[in-house]
Amino acid sequence: MLVMKDVSKVYRTEMVETHAVRDLTLEASEGEFVSITGPSGSGKTTFLNIAGLLEELTGGEYRLDGVDVKQLDDRARSRLRNEKIGFVFQSFNLIPDLNLFDNVDVPLRYRRLTRGERGKRIERALERVGLASRTRHFPAELSGGQQQRVAIARAIAGDPKLLLADEPTGNLDSQMAREVMQLLEELNAQGTLVVIVTHDPEIAARAQRNIHIVDGVAADLERGPSLVRPTRAAAQPSVA
Amino acid sequence: MFTYYLDLARRSLRRNVALTVLMIVAIAFGVGASMTTLTVLHVLSVDPIPRKSRDLYFVQLDPQKANSYKPGEPPPEQVTRADAEALVRAGKADRQAMMTGGNAAIEPERAGLVPFFADGRWTSSEFFAMFDVPFIAGGPWTAEDDAHAARIAVIARALAEKLFGATDVVGKTIRVEGTELRIAGVIDTWRPTPHFYDLNTDVYGKGEQLFVPFSTSRELKLSRSGSMDCFDQSPEPEAVGAPCVWLQLWVELDSTAKASAYRELLTHYSEDQKAAGRFERAPNVRLRDVRDWLDFKEVVPRDVRLQTWIALGFLLVCLINTVGLLLTKFLRRSVEIGVRRALGASKRSIFLQLLVEAGTIGLAGGALGLGLAWLGLWVVRHQPTPYAELAALDLPMLAATFALAVITSLLAGLLPAWRGCQVTPAIQLKSH
Repeated sequence: MLVMKDVSKVYRTEMVETHAVRDLTLEASEGEFVSITGPSGSGKTTFLNIAGLLEELTGGEYRLDGVDVKQLDDRARSRLRNEKIGFVFQSFNLIPDLNLFDNVDVPLRYRRLTRGERGKRIERALERVGLASRTRHFPAELSGGQQQRVAIARAIAGDPKLLLADEPTGNLDSQMAREVMQLLEELNAQGTLVVIVTHDPEIAARAQRNIHIVDGVAADLERGPSLVRPTRAAAQPSVA
Repeated sequence: MFTYYLDLARRSLRRNVALTVLMIVAIAFGVGASMTTLTVLHVLSVDPIPRKSRDLYFVQLDPQKANSYKPGEPPPEQVTRADAEALVRAGKADRQAMMTGGNAAIEPERAGLVPFFADGRWTSSEFFAMFDVPFIAGGPWTAEDDAHAARIAVIARALAEKLFGATDVVGKTIRVEGTELRIAGVIDTWRPTPHFYDLNTDVYGKGEQLFVPFSTSRELKLSRSGSMDCFDQSPEPEAVGAPCVWLQLWVELDSTAKASAYRELLTHYSEDQKAAGRFERAPNVRLRDVRDWLDFKEVVPRDVRLQTWIALGFLLVCLINTVGLLLTKFLRRSVEIGVRRALGASKRSIFLQLLVEAGTIGLAGGALGLGLAWLGLWVVRHQPTPYAELAALDLPMLAATFALAVITSLLAGLLPAWRGCQVTPAIQLKSH
């Protein structure tokens, strides 16, 4: 499903060159639950953005569901992102002046589905997260946990094969965090590849695999360096 | 997607009403001011006879004294009676007509009507065909009528209705300055604007009510109006041989080759007249078509052109303000744009969404601008200018107002929409 080979991301300014991700190689299949950990600024989010086609890679190769993303223009990348990927963010990122129905509708609009088809999917997604009765409410009328559930509904409404979650429980209390994690695990159990960036060791421990990134270099803590090949110069110490 | 973008635009515009109103008002004022001045310019610079304006030529000759000649000086704007009659008689153009304005007392037979003065044109028979004058009854008089100073006339619909309560009055007579004239034809309402064939009279006036053969007008000594310039002493300035220019002479030539030939004819004519001792100067002739003639006479006042440029400059300032406001508005929504990008919107989708929003503002600005233009033109109509009553929005200008508003706002939206669609979603989603 997700195949990265020697992927690197370099941010260049006139003065500085910053290697956010170095020579990252990773394969992950449908049905896997992968956590990404590492200290702040280590490159976790950059990895997630590359995986989510929000950033272009500087080097290496990335195939998503068999498609070489490097060859795609913006429209094709956007279409692929829309069809294959769901996003869940730490800050929920719901659009404040759209009600829940319309928020969940956003990704479906870009897929140009019929009105009826969109309606069915939205209702199903909101039902899935337990908010079917509140379709006409606005985000500001919901608790943080409920907003994150709406964000999950929005992410899954398009039936993505890959769900990318960036600190999805970071702004939630422990009870709500548990609920959200349970929801993600249910989705994963149904075959969705879930990749979650987290600082929380407890959440990382619930994943089948944990990729630890330090200074842009990644190591697979569960399966060893065979699937994640660290950079030539570094990362060996972080491999368990 | 367009309706979706429209819906998003509506929501976005409602989100910050004050900013939205500010942008709409900025566009409205720019459009309103521009359309007011553009409408006045349009009304003043419209081609009065578009189908033939390149075929109709105004003739100028120079019969003046040699001692007052200044090199490069253009010939007088009118011709003498002798030259006009000679050139009409020669008939070398496809059509030709000599003319002057005038007015005459009409004595109605209809009960309850008192005598009144009507504006008239004393001309020759081909005037009507040359200028495509629309007849609703009868037709023009003939060249023979010209030659014999026939007691004949063509009248306008309004005069026919006033005198007879009907327009089908061909064959009836009209009493002009004590003489009965037989009505040969009735023309429909005809008001070429500007009054191109004689700019010495009211340029934006309502046109003439009475048309009489020039020869008849001289025999009846009907009064004339317009300007007259005599370059020598003359006891009877309107006489055939008088050294006075006071007539307009128009010719119709349907090709540039014919126009060149006619210009040459005028030169030869001037040489002949000089040889005969009538003209003293070297041939100095002009043959201008309608558009050139209107340009030469600067029919559109310079201050109207200046006002138009100022108003367009004001529109530009409004446009720049709107660009700034839209840029602020769109970039403030970077997070939303980032979310939409993450959820599958392409840069193009975001660009179109933002452009539709800008266009919506433009439509609203156009509607308000239309109101302001209407108000501006109402003010113009109440000014003491000769063209005041013409200042009104017609259908093309109405369409132009909306087009201007939408194009303006789309132009204003291009840069902000482009900047908006370039938002890097990854940065926005993390920083929020």
